[in-house]
Amino acid sequence: MSKYVGQRIKRTEDPRLIKGLAHYVDDIRLPDTLHVAFVRSIYAHAHIAGIDVAEAVKSPGVVAVYTGKDVATKVGPVPCAAALPDLKVPDYRVLATDKALFVGHPIAAVVATDKYLARDAVDLISVDYEELPVVVDVEAAAKGGPVVHEKFGNNIAYTLTSGEGDIDAAMNAADHIIKQRMVHQRLAPIAMEGRGVLARYFPGEEELTLWSSTQIPHLMRTQVALMIGLGEHKLRVITPEVGGGFGSKLNVYAEEALLSWISMQLGKPVKWIESRRENVQATIHGRAQVGTVEVGCKDDGTITGLRYNVFADLGAYHQLLTPAIPTLTGLMLSGAYRIPAIQMNVTGVFTNKMSTDAYRGAGRPEATYVVERAMDIVAAELKIDPVAVRRKNFPGKDEFPFHTATGLDYDSGDYEGALAKALDLSGYAKLRDEQAKGRAEGKIIGIGMSSYVEICALGPSQAMPAGGWESATVRIEPTGKVTVMTGASPHGQGQETSFSQIAADELGVDLNDVTVIHGDTAIVQYGIGTFGSRATAVGGTAVLIAIQKLKEKAAKIAAHMLQGDASSLSFEGGRYSLPAGDAPATGTSDPVVPVGEAPAGALPEPQTEGRTSLTIQEIALAAHIAKELPPDTEPGLSATYFFEPKNFTFPFGTHICVVEIDKETGETKFLRYVAVDDCGKVINPLLVDGQIHGGIVQSIGQALYEEVVYDEQGQLVTGELMDYAIPRASQLPWFELDRTETPSPVNPLGVKGVGEAGTIGATPAIVNAIVDALSPYGVKHLDMPVRPENVWKILQQ
Amino acid sequence: MKQAISVNVNGVDHHNEVEPRLLLVHYLRDLLSLTGTHIGCETSICGACTVLVDGQAVKSCTMFAVQANGANITTIEGLAANGNLHPMQEGFWEKHGLQCGYCTPGMIIAASQLIDRNPDPTRAEIRHGLEGNLCRCTGYQHIVEAVEYAAKKTNV
Repeated sequence: MSKYVGQRIKRTEDPRLIKGLAHYVDDIRLPDTLHVAFVRSIYAHAHIAGIDVAEAVKSPGVVAVYTGKDVATKVGPVPCAAALPDLKVPDYRVLATDKALFVGHPIAAVVATDKYLARDAVDLISVDYEELPVVVDVEAAAKGGPVVHEKFGNNIAYTLTSGEGDIDAAMNAADHIIKQRMVHQRLAPIAMEGRGVLARYFPGEEELTLWSSTQIPHLMRTQVALMIGLGEHKLRVITPEVGGGFGSKLNVYAEEALLSWISMQLGKPVKWIESRRENVQATIHGRAQVGTVEVGCKDDGTITGLRYNVFADLGAYHQLLTPAIPTLTGLMLSGAYRIPAIQMNVTGVFTNKMSTDAYRGAGRPEATYVVERAMDIVAAELKIDPVAVRRKNFPGKDEFPFHTATGLDYDSGDYEGALAKALDLSGYAKLRDEQAKGRAEGKIIGIGMSSYVEICALGPSQAMPAGGWESATVRIEPTGKVTVMTGASPHGQGQETSFSQIAADELGVDLNDVTVIHGDTAIVQYGIGTFGSRATAVGGTAVLIAIQKLKEKAAKIAAHMLQGDASSLSFEGGRYSLPAGDAPATGTSDPVVPVGEAPAGALPEPQTEGRTSLTIQEIALAAHIAKELPPDTEPGLSATYFFEPKNFTFPFGTHICVVEIDKETGETKFLRYVAVDDCGKVINPLLVDGQIHGGIVQSIGQALYEEVVYDEQGQLVTGELMDYAIPRASQLPWFELDRTETPSPVNPLGVKGVGEAGTIGATPAIVNAIVDALSPYGVKHLDMPVRPENVWKILQQ
Repeated sequence: MKQAISVNVNGVDHHNEVEPRLLLVHYLRDLLSLTGTHIGCETSICGACTVLVDGQAVKSCTMFAVQANGANITTIEGLAANGNLHPMQEGFWEKHGLQCGYCTPGMIIAASQLIDRNPDPTRAEIRHGLEGNLCRCTGYQHIVEAVEYAAKKTNV
């Protein structure tokens, strides 16, 4: 039925990217631009006794040097939007004032005419550090020892208990209680483009333009305006091409406000492009939870209750959503299962490290990992197949909306359907036979699965710190071309294509006649941004409904021009038509001059004489010429809609993988990887596949390779891509993908979101497979990343 | 202090005076305004800055501009001949071999050298051949398909 929606359409944004003609922040060149470089703390915890900038100020090309004292009263603190009861919020200044609290903490900013000269001058700044005791380990930090923020007396930022049901009764009713400590190691998002900021202040107009590699241009405008005391209406944020985000750019950072302020001081453009070393030091990290899960179950595998006591390593300061991330873990602890009682007790803890915040999945991968590892541990304990334990506890597909003991109402689902498909696609029964055969031959083979549910399309405003809606404006120009402006701010997801698909289908126009504009607060109406697998489910719906509004008006104009009744007109293929019976016997059905191809000058009014139908593009022209409109009709043809979803969406699926462990090296090799995902209705299968692939690979990174390591002094050991190991092409299996499609009732598109599915669903499948492989060696659990040396040690015992 | 260099980039001769410490990638981006070559790590791990220097794929973030004196360099902007996309560019578009696009120029340059050397690579050879280029978005599978597409197209 649809010409575009549901089709594998190649992306409209790609030509500029494959030709090297796109513009990321550093590609934007403004005359007289000054370059900023930072002095960052080399200690994890130190008193700053003094900063000597005398040499730096005299260094060639240096225009200015700023330290914490210069800006403390000028630029407001880095914002935290998370609101939790009794949350301790430290004062996070854009440059450290008296103390440095983590390695990479910005201490001074050098402004110079050239980036090389700026870095030269950084080396001439002498900081007098007095080292202080460091607290790195999250559990140790919670118990006592050195205190990160003296004024709070301890390192506990907050404690929170969440969940429903009588957890003690549930545990008492259980035949078995399994208990497992689990570590979700600290990860670095590593967008291939680091952060970048360019700020230009025009003193005459008193206007500031801020280019930033961000996922949230409008939220950033509001926050930075407040931080630097500039009217929000005088600040324009532009998000040019963004080279990946994964949550790391869902934030407002010190550098964005500081550069804005510096540009206002100097009246010139100032630019800072993050180095990779700075990126690993001072862009948010993710995960970093250490917890213990307890699961009560019956002899037959029925889960009676789940309790998760967890320490969340927040780092030294709160970034935008830092304390809120673990609360998402609490929401998703029911996984894909009927669990009558659930309780999470979380302790958010300050440590001398960079802040944690939203990294792809943001709190939900931790929940899925806890639940899916626990299901396998239960299966092992009861000596039943992991598939059977999952099936035992799935809600049926007719039980939706399904209420969980974490307080959510899952919108729709068919968990058995996705599981069955994955079992079928993988040939599960045969895989188990092959595993048995392989084991007999001395091979170490494991099969792991994960049946995940995620919470996406964030979300209803009631549940969000800064609005959970999304906006769209759709406008048909006089020449019939369509402009879509979305408040979402895609950064690789391909919404220029997928939103064009929605618009082209709904308007019956060619895909190439639609352009999607995003990421410029001076052009696009206020929006929220792209994160939490929300852009299509919330932002795409806003596009759809804006078009429906626009078409109500277009139908009235069409009826007037065709002298028919708006309610009796049909709309198909971009054309409003009179009912067949009303049609005059003669007359052309096509416009005399095709819209969009007329010579410039006086635009030809659409001819209505003898016509039985008009294209929506002709109506757009008529709406702009405005000579033949119904009485009291506003000229022009555009509509804006802010879509507020009534609930989150809950995508789900089952991943199954097969691994083989190399006996000599302990290395994990993938033999198969099968993923069946259900993200509701699919707008573009090609893009969905891409999201799934990329997500799974970030999961593989967590399961096998990645970890941000700080030593006991708080020094960042994994400070570059030389030692922070993200997956390479040669380390990965061929992914076998399939889908089920359970539409969401939450939005009229029926879409659920897919951006985070792979990072949420895959990690436990991989670890489950490794544990399964090593179960003959008595292994019941392994913490991530499962490095070859850890496995090798087990094999040697 | 500055040294004179002559470099041919994408078929155009350039003569510049540069500091000996100027990195090739900064020369291309800042002096020649060829901003399609990106910087992803500054340690020659990620390959975002890959360009062809006398036909060899080189990470331009760890080479000095003065070392390129006299060389012929091809950057992503010079890959499309006469306005026609290179088969590798076409492959990346057709097979959705890119998402955020930041690694893409270096990835395409490296992949084009790969099929020059091995016109009919296996999937394992493609993955091995791209070990020096990191992508954080795609999970590489569509990139492998893009390279297969380009190899097939080139061999026709």
